Amino acid sequence: MAAVQGGLVDAVEKKDIKTEPSEDSGGNNNANDGRLLSPPPGSSASAPGGNKPPAGAPEDQQTLLAVLQFLRKNNLAESVEILRREAGLPEDALDLKAGDSAGAGSGGAGGTVDLEGEDASSLLSRVTVSSSAAAQAPTKGRTGLLPTKAVEDQPDVNVVLSAYSQQGDPALYGVYYSGLKRFIESVLDCHRAELSQVFYPLFVHMYLELVYNNHENEAKVFFEKFSGDQECYYEDDLRVLSSLTKKEHMRGNETLLDFRTSKFVLRISRDSYQLLKRHLQERQNNQIWNIIQEHLYIDIFDGMPRSKSQIDAMSGSLAGEAKREANKAKVYYGLLKEPEIELPLDDEDEEAENEEGKPKKKKPKKDSMGSKSKKQDPNAPSQTRIPLPELKDSDKLDKIMYMKEATKRIRLGPDNLPSICFYSFLNAYQGLTAVDFTDDSSLIAGGFADSTVRVWSVTPKKLRKVKSAADLNLIDKESDDVLERIMDEKTASESKILYGHSGPVYGISFSPDRNYLLTCSEDGTIRLWSLQTFTCLVGYKGHNYPVWDTQFSPHGYYFISGGHDRVARLWATDHYQPLRMFSGHLADITSTRFHPNSNYVVTGSSDRTIRLWDVLTGNCVRIFTGHKGPIHALAFSPNGKFLASGATDGRVLLWDIGHGLMIGELKGHTDTIYSLKFSRDGEILASGSMDNTVRLWDATKAFDDLETDDFTAATGHIHLQDNSQELLLGTYMSKSTPVIHLHFTRRNLLLAAGAYNP
Amino acid sequence: MAEERRPKQCTVVLPTESMKAMAESIGVGQLQEESCVALSEEVSYRIKEIAQDALKFMHHGKRRKLTTNDIDNALKLKNVEPLYGFQSQEFIPFRFASGGGRELHFYEEKEVDLSDIINTPLPRVPLDVSLKAHWLSIEGVQPSIPENPPPAPKEQQKVESTEPLKVVKPGQEEDGTVQGKGQGATAADGKGKEKGLIRLKPRSTHELSVEQQLYYKEITEACVGSCEAKRAEALQSIATDPGLYQMLPRFSTFISEGVRVNVVQNNLALLIYLMRMVKALMDNPTLYLEKYLHELIPAVVTCIVSKQLCLRPDVDNHWALRDFAARLMAQSCKTFSTTTNNIQSRITKTFTKSWLDEKTQWTTRYGCIAGLAELGADVIKTLILPRLTVEGARIKAVMEGPVVSNIDKIGADHVQSLLLPSPPATKYIVMATSAGPASTQQVP
Repeated sequence: MAAVQGGLVDAVEKKDIKTEPSEDSGGNNNANDGRLLSPPPGSSASAPGGNKPPAGAPEDQQTLLAVLQFLRKNNLAESVEILRREAGLPEDALDLKAGDSAGAGSGGAGGTVDLEGEDASSLLSRVTVSSSAAAQAPTKGRTGLLPTKAVEDQPDVNVVLSAYSQQGDPALYGVYYSGLKRFIESVLDCHRAELSQVFYPLFVHMYLELVYNNHENEAKVFFEKFSGDQECYYEDDLRVLSSLTKKEHMRGNETLLDFRTSKFVLRISRDSYQLLKRHLQERQNNQIWNIIQEHLYIDIFDGMPRSKSQIDAMSGSLAGEAKREANKAKVYYGLLKEPEIELPLDDEDEEAENEEGKPKKKKPKKDSMGSKSKKQDPNAPSQTRIPLPELKDSDKLDKIMYMKEATKRIRLGPDNLPSICFYSFLNAYQGLTAVDFTDDSSLIAGGFADSTVRVWSVTPKKLRKVKSAADLNLIDKESDDVLERIMDEKTASESKILYGHSGPVYGISFSPDRNYLLTCSEDGTIRLWSLQTFTCLVGYKGHNYPVWDTQFSPHGYYFISGGHDRVARLWATDHYQPLRMFSGHLADITSTRFHPNSNYVVTGSSDRTIRLWDVLTGNCVRIFTGHKGPIHALAFSPNGKFLASGATDGRVLLWDIGHGLMIGELKGHTDTIYSLKFSRDGEILASGSMDNTVRLWDATKAFDDLETDDFTAATGHIHLQDNSQELLLGTYMSKSTPVIHLHFTRRNLLLAAGAYNP
Repeated sequence: MAEERRPKQCTVVLPTESMKAMAESIGVGQLQEESCVALSEEVSYRIKEIAQDALKFMHHGKRRKLTTNDIDNALKLKNVEPLYGFQSQEFIPFRFASGGGRELHFYEEKEVDLSDIINTPLPRVPLDVSLKAHWLSIEGVQPSIPENPPPAPKEQQKVESTEPLKVVKPGQEEDGTVQGKGQGATAADGKGKEKGLIRLKPRSTHELSVEQQLYYKEITEACVGSCEAKRAEALQSIATDPGLYQMLPRFSTFISEGVRVNVVQNNLALLIYLMRMVKALMDNPTLYLEKYLHELIPAVVTCIVSKQLCLRPDVDNHWALRDFAARLMAQSCKTFSTTTNNIQSRITKTFTKSWLDEKTQWTTRYGCIAGLAELGADVIKTLILPRLTVEGARIKAVMEGPVVSNIDKIGADHVQSLLLPSPPATKYIVMATSAGPASTQQVP
């Protein structure tokens, strides 16, 4: 299992590595010369897992290296330089002597999987069966039984781990580490925070190296001595690490593979980096230098070093920060043009009866709405970028209803807070795992730990099934009320139970047209249910592991799912295989959401990163780091410009999608945030949490403050003011009922849902 | 899940003895020490791994408690067969056994007679899941309805009254205005002031809404009215309603004034009703009365030690009221006495002082002793027992001495029965072991 997952990750990672040389030559020549000259991955892939010299290196080269080393030891820098040039050796050949083989090894290992991965991503640009077949391939191993998996595991993991087979005196690791610690503690304050970032990845890799080379006791001592120094937000990972004390444990450990296969990304200013490099070279501290070369990706920027708080805001993810390049791609975050629908006039008359002043107000508003949709937003994707289903008559009716409701919408703001209606699930026995409301707030669905899915009608209109086929034959198909006649009155009830899953139901989502319900479960399937017949229509198989979340696209037809296998999949309801697979996360995908324009999906993960994916190309276009725990809630602002995310650490982070920046932090919750929702006009952000509270935040202010700020978009370094107290508009405590889901009705009434735990 | 709580310990490993015990339980004897060590390390590691995966399931199940199902699911994730037979139990007791220098924890598997199961009547079918809606907030204000938690939780009321300078209401700290709206407190402070300045405690106005005023009127009338059924209902409401926080000052003044008036008028029945109100207030789990004790304690103490509580002291059973009030006093001492307010010691002092006074009436004397007796074994031991002989002599003097007023005689009689329901030593022991009130008299 682990091997295959590692492979998938590899596939993405490889791309990153390949792009590196060009980046380096672009401007970082000075600083990165070490890496620049490291052999390209896969060039000498013949030695997987060995500590042998590279295949191409003749024996004289070894001798030369030895001489070089001797010269350098005696500080004969010029002679070194001359000899090196004459022999045509790379500058860092000395330092990299051991590292070479490792890099080559891993390069070779990824090879096969890599190909498939590439295939998958290139083919995926079209919706074809073959593409999904290719995409399917890497997952095949998972379906197999345990023994076969173990066999598959063997080569890959060994290769991956062989990187750690460098030899060094195990007793000296602690000395090296504390030497570096002393150095970093003694540098200027402005560099200290930046250089301190090195500690954690270094610590982990040194520990793993010790474990891999069977120095169990030294590893234990090393861990105990230095684990206390690490930032508190790495606690979870350290816990995993602490239980790993034997080489055998490393085989198949996912956390470990994550560390090995993905480079830990650090952003360090040029000055700080030079300082570190000089120090390590002076001290001949090859052990540490090797690790930095091998396992760390240092993203160097020019300019002021960052402060401790700036670093803390962005760090915390499993693999360091996002590279700056990762967030440079253009994202079309604008909304799609609304289809033009004529409002029937007779409805307006009806309005006039109700209220005298209404129609006057209504007209300008409708006009503004119309004009808005006529102008094409420059940031919006083209209407046909993603083929969307055509509107049916019923959809048009619904749109009209929506617009009518929208005119009655309450304008929210700090002085005008929404009312909150709380739907408590009673007698759920701790078993409620997911909730969703329809957009028009007429139905509620709940997923339960006992594998059932229940649907309630919250309007007086009861839920009815369609009659059986035999009965349907008897109906006069020409009659006007045929839609009414096909319903079976005998089945009318307030709630219906859907049976089909064989494990807890973790995600649930209504289709926008209210005809379908989507659920995903621990049993690895996603099921599509009809709300006409209340039966299961399709079981989408592909994940094979628990699926943590699923959501319909706001335009219907497509849906996204993500789960324990770390791959998010995009499906269309009429294809039994996924259209796209988004792989790149290093741990479980815990939540998935569609962008309002259906062109992008966002996934939050246990690796504490958020990724935004382009549905069309399948590329990851944004990586957001900064959360210190698994991300359980995501919400796009209605205008598509911003994203809010909530995690187990109880913080809500706000992101600007266009610029790829963190723009706010909302502190206040004391437990996992399971639900986030913007009001219909985007003025208020509501968050619901395990701490039994619903909190309302002033979203307008949070986003406004930003626009007046000077935008250090070039570097991506943000100064977050701690103003969450000012932005918090209200805290509403429920009676021992964790808030699992939030929903704004079309008139901006907030609905909350959760299970009462007496 | 001991590993989970101590994250920094990488050395938590199952003892090798467990490995031996487990090996024996499946019929493998004589396990080598080395293999035991290797096994225990491996097993510990795997257990931790599974626990970590199980936590994932707990988080996604939106629970705080890890269940056996989570562990089963984590095992499934690793392609391991789940453990059968542990489903759905809230708590699985492990039994402990030792012997021969070895200790064992095991899960007791009882042999179940199938016919027993078949013959026992079926348990009640658990209630089905249902959906209930209520208003959590109406335009930013949280209504005080039973579905919502009380506006000020008991903990916060306690902090407010014991550490007034520290008071920061959970929401208020973040935003004065909104909370103010919700709590009915003036929120003029805070917002305008800069952070870091002295935080003034918001003055609360305790405005009552019309509904609350109506409720207050109904409740107080029912409490002192003549209809016993209505009174029971009203007291029940006081004891359970979560939204009474705002009305507390009114209730406490009502009781204090009521006692003052009715003691003068010797209206025993009303005094009893008022004491029952105090009891109901104290029973309410959402109220913290500390701030109102300055009104309530004098009222209660009056009902314990007042010279006369009724019009016909020789006939009416005012003794029961004294006992009842004494019990209330003891209860409030237990809940509210802190090192700063010293309620218990002050009360004890008051009682002792008037008891020691030669001129004290028998009624007051009875009240003092009853009050002290309720305060627990320590008080009885140090204050009552040493005085038993003196008190005995006094009672004897009244009972056997020349004819005095009938009232004195009855008083002495009651004091005697209070001190001597059984021999004093026995009473002391009974008090010490049960630590509960000894008198069993009930207030009507």
